[in-house]
Amino acid sequence: MLRYALKRLISLVISLIVASMVIFAVIEVIPGDPATLILGVNARPDTLAALRAEMGLDQPMILRYFDWAGGMLRGDMGQSYTYKTPVSGMVADRVWVSLPLAIYALVLSTLIAFPAGIYAASRRGSIGDVGIMGATQLGVAVPNFWFAMIMVLIFAIKLRWFPSGGFPGWDKGFWISMKALTLPAIALALPQAAILARVMRSSLLDMLGEDFMRTARAKGLTRRQALWRHAVRNALIPVLTIIGLQFAFLLAGGIIIEKVFFLPGLGRLIFQSISARDLIVVESVVMLLVFVVIVVNFAVDLAYGAVDPRLRTRT
Amino acid sequence: MKSLTLGIVISALVLVMAAISFVWTPYDHEVMDIPNKLQPPGGPHWFGTDHFGRDLFSMTMVGARTSIAVALVAVGIGMTIGVPLGLTAAARKGSWLDELIMRGNDLVFAFPSLVIAILITAVFGAGAVNAIIAIGIFNIPVFARITRGAALSLWEREFILAARVAGKSSARISAEHILPNVTNLLIVQGTIQFSLGILAEAALSYVGLGAQPPTASWGRMLADSQTMISFAPHMAIFPGMAILLTVLGLNLMGDGLRDLFDPKLRRSGR
Repeated sequence: MLRYALKRLISLVISLIVASMVIFAVIEVIPGDPATLILGVNARPDTLAALRAEMGLDQPMILRYFDWAGGMLRGDMGQSYTYKTPVSGMVADRVWVSLPLAIYALVLSTLIAFPAGIYAASRRGSIGDVGIMGATQLGVAVPNFWFAMIMVLIFAIKLRWFPSGGFPGWDKGFWISMKALTLPAIALALPQAAILARVMRSSLLDMLGEDFMRTARAKGLTRRQALWRHAVRNALIPVLTIIGLQFAFLLAGGIIIEKVFFLPGLGRLIFQSISARDLIVVESVVMLLVFVVIVVNFAVDLAYGAVDPRLRTRT
Repeated sequence: MKSLTLGIVISALVLVMAAISFVWTPYDHEVMDIPNKLQPPGGPHWFGTDHFGRDLFSMTMVGARTSIAVALVAVGIGMTIGVPLGLTAAARKGSWLDELIMRGNDLVFAFPSLVIAILITAVFGAGAVNAIIAIGIFNIPVFARITRGAALSLWEREFILAARVAGKSSARISAEHILPNVTNLLIVQGTIQFSLGILAEAALSYVGLGAQPPTASWGRMLADSQTMISFAPHMAIFPGMAILLTVLGLNLMGDGLRDLFDPKLRRSGR
């Protein structure tokens, strides 16, 4: 296990280093000089040069990379060109929208998918199973931002149950903030719930065909007891992996949904910074998202290796 | 079998609609007609008109073209690069080359694809070509991995051994014997990646980083409709339904093809 963990850890570190280099390199070729953008095209050359020096843009690329990467490691993401404030502060504000949204969506997705998947597997071939499987086909196919817009139309504009967008802030109260995040979380959760329900069903069907299920029934357990005590428990292993991967996806995928609902999260920050050519913000936020995704994948791998020893020897 | 038929019918419908749009649309999809703006569906404009009075049915037809083109070329990129990589990795199993290819794959997999696609299109400029590249890059590891997996088990088979004894090089064996035997798998995966590509293109266009005006695209039609959804919901409903139907059709087709190619799955009813 230790060898496996160590191998994974090395690959995690390499992934992070390569990822940071790729992101930095991509951002570097962005057209448009940030100094010119801030001061305008009519700025005097010496003023431009002074600003470039202040922003560190006159340094060689390699130095700027180490500066940035080193800063990220220390939690210092540099200073926004346009807002003149530390990027880490801007990110910290936004994280309190994006992170709760991702967690909320994950909880919803699990709450929908578990019963649906278990029901479908235990009543395989029934109308209920066919109905659930049909619904998951739709759930996988629907573009979540469109589903979000349709929900706004029905639940915000027609029924007025939820706000159509915006975020009041946690200081305005927990429930009112949760209410603002509800439609976005549902929109984000739906396709994930569909995938998860399918995995749950298929994993449970595998377990129902196992010998230990026959043994459980033979020693007198009812179908329901055998299902819950043995099949569901064992079926959870692959499902938990998917949940782990989904969290990373929900955090990164939330940026489109944030746009639909005008939520002041990381996604909005990325789009605003792209149009303002605020490179340092874009690269730092993207790196942060990539970091979370890679680390979550690593944790999932590790957890999976811990419960299933066969995987440690996988090539 | 039912899902395959349904999938083929839906996909064919979308394809035919896109093909017809090259020679005929009810109206010119780029022509504005302000006096007739925001017409509801029905009447002379089947899907109604948008805020510029453009015919939504014509725009949806042309939008199909954009979505299909972007997703198809992205799948093409993934296959053209990914499949040879997978074949090479399998032929040189355990070598440093195999290791390099697979670790490279893991790395691309680890990136949140949407974020990177946004980054690529934002940096290199919004547009269909950059959207294709951004989506295509993430198709490469998918095809490489699936090809390698299937090829590895084929390399153990007798007929490959026979080919080796006959003195064929591993490159030739890969091309002549392994590749034809993984084609089914690639078609199924290609269908799935195609549908994912349609969704990705729509998302990129929605945030303004996909195909640019005046090219019609479903994602941008949805972006345009957003501020008008309270009084002109038809502007959002039709392009969204078009995406949903296309992706659904392709997914059903992919599932159906997988069952068709792999009878074991058909019996177990997964």
